Amino acid sequence: MNRVHVFAAATATVLLASCGGTPPAPEYGANPTLPEPSRGLLPSMVIASPGEWGDRRPVVPDGYRITAIATDLKIPRQTLVLPNGDILVAEGRGGSAAKLKPKDIIAGPIKAAGNTSVKGGNRLSLLRDADGDGTYELQSVFAENLNAPYGLALVGNALYVANQDALVRFDYREGQTQASGAPVKVADLPSDINHHWTKSMTASPDGRFLYVGIGSNSNITERGMTAEVDRAVVWQIDPATGMHKAYATGLRNPTALAILPGTDQLWAAVNERDELGPNLVPDYLTSVREGGFYGWPYSYWGQNVDPRVMPQDPEKVASAIKPDYALGSHVAALGLDFSVAAMGGAFANGAFVGEHGSWNRAEPVGYKVVFVPFRNGRPAGDPIDFVSGFNVDGTTYGRPVGVTVDPRGALIVADDLSNTIWRVTPETPVTPAAPTSPPEPAATDGASPEAAPAGEGASTPPVP
Amino acid sequence: MAATSDRTRFRVVRPLHPFHAFLLAGMVPLFFGGLLCDWAYRSSQHIQWSNFASWLITGAMVLCGIALVCSIFGLFRGGRPGLLHFLLLLATFVLGFINALVHGQDAWAIFPEALVLSLIVTALAIVATWQGFSGYRAGGVS
Repeated sequence: MNRVHVFAAATATVLLASCGGTPPAPEYGANPTLPEPSRGLLPSMVIASPGEWGDRRPVVPDGYRITAIATDLKIPRQTLVLPNGDILVAEGRGGSAAKLKPKDIIAGPIKAAGNTSVKGGNRLSLLRDADGDGTYELQSVFAENLNAPYGLALVGNALYVANQDALVRFDYREGQTQASGAPVKVADLPSDINHHWTKSMTASPDGRFLYVGIGSNSNITERGMTAEVDRAVVWQIDPATGMHKAYATGLRNPTALAILPGTDQLWAAVNERDELGPNLVPDYLTSVREGGFYGWPYSYWGQNVDPRVMPQDPEKVASAIKPDYALGSHVAALGLDFSVAAMGGAFANGAFVGEHGSWNRAEPVGYKVVFVPFRNGRPAGDPIDFVSGFNVDGTTYGRPVGVTVDPRGALIVADDLSNTIWRVTPETPVTPAAPTSPPEPAATDGASPEAAPAGEGASTPPVP
Repeated sequence: MAATSDRTRFRVVRPLHPFHAFLLAGMVPLFFGGLLCDWAYRSSQHIQWSNFASWLITGAMVLCGIALVCSIFGLFRGGRPGLLHFLLLLATFVLGFINALVHGQDAWAIFPEALVLSLIVTALAIVATWQGFSGYRAGGVS
């Protein structure tokens, strides 16, 4: 047994028995390999060592180019492409979890070293490319004094923002560069402790409901189950009344939500639990079933019981739904959006997933944006690197968070380490895609922002 | 002359320094409290006991570590309590450190190692303290 092994190692004073050097296992897709849980006396930790981009750029597939369209932001997390092509960026840092054990005091500063030292903006920034040349020449503060905003959704003229403690609404008129007034509170969101503070959000296709992802208040119940009331759930909120119900439960940290285009189906990127070894537990991408229970905390990937949870609940374990698609353990999937035809051939049908990157693994994983191909509304095939080069030879230049597909044919990636917004476009426009809604008057050519001269420099250097 | 000779002998056989005594006496109830908290968590499944255990053990380890340093000085001074005391404290410290790491795991993952180690470490701490204080008697006589 593993426990016996750990104890034997402990008494033999092998202090730093770690699980380092384990080769990566094939743990993608619908049926990932799940090894036995393992953990040395100390969790395997490799913390990102930040470096400046300089002339370096993230790597994108042939036929695509990447540009930094905004730099020097204050911790950009998620983005929203507005109908006129403007981009809203939610910036901030949340969480107020008290340190409970000596471990928290030691681990906190260590993990913080892998993140930006910039203070969170608690604001929304707006980026505009009025002439459609791919340069977002206008950058303005759309709204300030928010509380760690994260999820964004536009329904008609209502712009919803999921702060870490409340869902709020702005009235939005197309072409605005600044909110016309203070936001109105729609509903409170669970915010006690806020270990996982990000409130991801998307709207149902008919605009009647908002879905808000609320992460757990611990890695694996180490704050007790009373701290987990209304946590690790997706709420369905009726914005007209502020009423909510738990739409799905047992999703440890549903950090990104999106509706598969052409359907009513909600999908989520979910971060799974740590400290069970380098190849457990896979973060995943899954369709979210109404009323479904996805295992946390009692079990993972279906019925694999987590022995760290006591008391257990065999009935809940039996009811746990196995997620659709494993993204790999510890990759920290924080962004999700579905592609459009305008993104180009191989990347037209599927989901982009932003992976912030691991801490609990000797060999770092994640630190990239992958593309999961879809067929008939289901994931089909291994993930393909779409944006990589964030973590090279032990230096971390950026960490992807939110990914948003611009229907005109661009992927917007928020990078919360270098505080940059990246934009990836096909070098030659795929189709003369008609805009989904008329461009605002000021935009001279909102229809083809990607039609920049081919000889032009592929990227604008971000100012460190 | 006789008086001087007596005093010299008295100095060689040193009693336990009060600071060292304070450290030893302090770590025992802390380690023991950690053991009781582990037991309370095991039987109640209430996580707060595990937090208490972690902090009590950390506190005990601070005292144990300083006491260990004192005992190293004691080795060079050649007085009581000597090598055995050092070895007992070293064993307490090493196993106590492992126990602290074990307590750094989340929730029920600390079992069964936490309970077993807390028991062993508490026993070692008691023996080390007992043995350390036994030095008084030898110092006072002769």
